Amino acid sequence: MHAVRNADLAIADGEIFGIVGTSGAGKSTLLRTINLLQKPSSGSIIIDGVDITRAKGKDLRNFRLSVGMVFQHFNLLYARTVADNVAFPLHIAGKTKNEIGGRVPELLDLVGLSDKSSVYPSTLSGGQKQRVGIARALANNPKILLCDEPTSALDLETTNALLDLLGDINRKLGITIILISHEMAVVKKICTKVAVMSEGAIVETGNAYDIFAAPVHPFTRQLVEHTLDLELPPRLLKEVKGALVKIVYRGEKAEEPVLSDALRKHSIHFNVLHGKIEYINGKPLGVLLIDTIGNKEEIQKTIDYLKTRVESVEVIHA
Amino acid sequence: MHKQYILSLLADLIKAFGETFQMVGISLAISIALGIPLGLLLYVTSKNLFWENKALNAVSGFIINVIRSTPFVILLVILLPITQKIIGTTIGPIAASVPLAIAATVFYARLVQASLCEIDRGIIEAALSFGASPMQIIKDVLVPESMPGLLRGLTVTAISLIGYSAMAGIVGGGGVGDLAIRFGYYRYQTDIMFITVAILIVLVQAVQMGGDAIAEKTNKK
Repeated sequence: MHAVRNADLAIADGEIFGIVGTSGAGKSTLLRTINLLQKPSSGSIIIDGVDITRAKGKDLRNFRLSVGMVFQHFNLLYARTVADNVAFPLHIAGKTKNEIGGRVPELLDLVGLSDKSSVYPSTLSGGQKQRVGIARALANNPKILLCDEPTSALDLETTNALLDLLGDINRKLGITIILISHEMAVVKKICTKVAVMSEGAIVETGNAYDIFAAPVHPFTRQLVEHTLDLELPPRLLKEVKGALVKIVYRGEKAEEPVLSDALRKHSIHFNVLHGKIEYINGKPLGVLLIDTIGNKEEIQKTIDYLKTRVESVEVIHA
Repeated sequence: MHKQYILSLLADLIKAFGETFQMVGISLAISIALGIPLGLLLYVTSKNLFWENKALNAVSGFIINVIRSTPFVILLVILLPITQKIIGTTIGPIAASVPLAIAATVFYARLVQASLCEIDRGIIEAALSFGASPMQIIKDVLVPESMPGLLRGLTVTAISLIGYSAMAGIVGGGGVGDLAIRFGYYRYQTDIMFITVAILIVLVQAVQMGGDAIAEKTNKK
């Protein structure tokens, strides 16, 4: 039995790389392989051209200093104050009291917790605990930050604030972030590249935008559809008069008046039933569900016309 | 006559208390020094931990169980030759501290192990991910994080030791419990029995409350 097999990933410097999949898909195992908390039974992990797969003892510990990790359940030391938690990795790295004393306030400032330095973690909210977790993970200036479901224990608002923080950190420090989540929404918000995992295998990899706009693997499609949430109530589905068409716009095409052009050229009516525009890395992705009403020929012509103007047109129900 | 009786009783009590404190103090100190490392050994050699070692874990667990399942009175007698070797005598509170210390060490080791098991494994994983060595994890994570539990366990051990030390009278260890048995029970001096038992109740209460208070102070959860 293998928890994860054939996981081929190339992650570039400075990227925010997302790994998504349902629970039990092997995301955590894969992430833990990167800092060797989990040893792979075969294959290798190469970071900056160095194969670290067989690192042991002191070499392994030194390597781990260059990889920070943030956990779903924070995993803070409850017997230590916030400042001492952040100081912990510095202490492990053998930094002097002076160095630690200078670095800790910097880190707390970075995550916006300067006023909490001497309190104990149990008095903090979930979002604040995770900020401590992030500050701690960044203490030794790692090149890579591994985030294991960093927002899954948090509410929506806190999640957004934390993702913004991670994005800021990525821009400010140029650190590579590898983030796993079971939520496409999290990935959509900050990741530049995405790998989709299902049953222990990576089924699709690509730019976050492409994965959303044109998912290929059935599992990815299902995930994306679930995130876009364009389901129609059954009553509406029954009442569809013509052909129910799903139109997907990408990039600048989403900003063109495609629908009114189509109406002017063909004698049909449109009834918009559902739709939304998502912005992924600032690029728009539009999806519309339209009931096209008119005679069969006109509908077909309209669809053919739309196909020339947008990313994809799919007849869901005729 | 009456005054003299009270004075001699008082002297006996003070002496007995001194012996009890000596026995409990020595064995408690030894159980801290040996029980914590032994408890740590049981924990870090258990499954999925950094020094996982099935054989070592099973052997140390078994030895602890053997000592713990031997009734203390029997242990006291079995250990007489060893006590003779270490202390040079088998009589007196210091000699009685040898079996007491051994019983308390294995008892405390199990309590240490139990409170270590309460630590979230994720915290250990986090420390590992930051490159902590096993010794750093023991010193900076396991011991501080389990401190309230370690202190509560120590309180329980101290109180058990007060109880066990009464049996040490059998090998001439002395102490408060021994006083209660010899005077109160064998000589039918019910008043002495009541007084000593009352004092023991106060002592146990004081240890429990003191232990709870210190444990609570270290508890930051």
